Amino acid sequence: MNIVSSIIILLTAYVAVFLEARLGGVRDWLGAQIDLLPALVVYASLTKGVATLALLAVLGGLWFDSLSANPTGVTVLPLFLIGLAIFRTRHLILREQTYAQFIIGMSACAAAPLGTLLLLLLLGETPLIGPGSLWQWLVMSVGGGALCPVVFRVFDRVHRAFDYQPLAETTFRPDREIKRGRS
Amino acid sequence: MLNRTHLIALGLVLVLVVVVLNLPGQTMARFNLAISGLFLPLFGLASSSQQLTEDAADLVVPRSDLVRETDRLQRENQMIRLRLLQAEEAMRENERLRNHLEWQRQSPWRVKLARVILRDPANWWRTLQINRGSLDGVTPNMPVLTDKGLVGRISLVGHTRSQVVLLGDPNLRVGAVVQRTRDNGVITATGIGPLENNLVDLLLFARNSQIVPDDIVTTSREGGIFPAGIPIGHVVDLRHADYGLTTEARVQLSVDFSKLEEVFILFP
Repeated sequence: MNIVSSIIILLTAYVAVFLEARLGGVRDWLGAQIDLLPALVVYASLTKGVATLALLAVLGGLWFDSLSANPTGVTVLPLFLIGLAIFRTRHLILREQTYAQFIIGMSACAAAPLGTLLLLLLLGETPLIGPGSLWQWLVMSVGGGALCPVVFRVFDRVHRAFDYQPLAETTFRPDREIKRGRS
Repeated sequence: MLNRTHLIALGLVLVLVVVVLNLPGQTMARFNLAISGLFLPLFGLASSSQQLTEDAADLVVPRSDLVRETDRLQRENQMIRLRLLQAEEAMRENERLRNHLEWQRQSPWRVKLARVILRDPANWWRTLQINRGSLDGVTPNMPVLTDKGLVGRISLVGHTRSQVVLLGDPNLRVGAVVQRTRDNGVITATGIGPLENNLVDLLLFARNSQIVPDDIVTTSREGGIFPAGIPIGHVVDLRHADYGLTTEARVQLSVDFSKLEEVFILFP
């Protein structure tokens, strides 16, 4: 199951990157495209191992950059570092709580573009940045944060659908059975 | 502290990123195209579903609307034919005059229609991808335009797709001229940032320019990529920069990039 669910996460990242490039609804409406990759990284880092997290960061980042004018590979490192930071503190995070998922998702979605932009500037690129970028950053952070609990709900359902269900314990105990009649 | 597994994973990712980012330009472009090639099944799925939707929409259009549209197009076609006749005469005259003055002949534009298939998912670039590539004869730096004006130029070419860098992207500077005053300048990305999708800055070379709002801006011959005379937009406002040493104008683009579905690639 672990492999299947990791593959499903990677497939979701693949489709999400394509849809981000294909659909312009949110971009035309709010002026910024929301990125689902950081929300997926949050889910992977809270529920999966480092291998899945690294695969998601590498493949998701490369897919994203291949459809963008970003230098290929520039998105990988911020995604992985965010995931690793969450992974290392996951025992302290109330991962079942919706508000915790929202806050961590929002933080990840805020940090990922900042990390990518920082790397771009270090590489000598000149991305389009101005006062309007603050609004875009806000949209990406809040939008990505709002999507994070949705990601958790959807993947929890997928997990339940594919995984072995735990056996429900009955209240029946043979040692406390009332035996009628004479023994 | 990071444990051994985390350190190994971090090291591997770091090495991969450093190697990929340091690939030579040509190899990086090939690698990029190879990765984006993984999206081919989704491209096929998206285009066939779009075709299905269009076919379904065609079925529900009433016949009366189609007849009215055909009538309108026929009238428009007749008008365009008349204008073409006039333009052909003007071109012949232009050619004769050029021969007299021994100027270089102007070759007519050859264009190819392309469909916009993807936009840049990153918010800090202005690029899009079209469904024409090297198999259609597309090469880097070819101008891309619509009937309303200039869109950008081809920046990366794959077999069946190409990336177009749009006006307003920091990686595209276009030589421009204000039609009324003939002031030359350069179109660059606006300093406002990425929210103003249809505004760009025009840095003027002339110190005391006489341009006013609503002046039309077109491409100039400077730069050698774009032919002269392609509409870019109109001036919105002016400001003096660098302590009054230079003039900058904000230009509203003729083409609305958010509604762009089809473009023309201009072949030399």
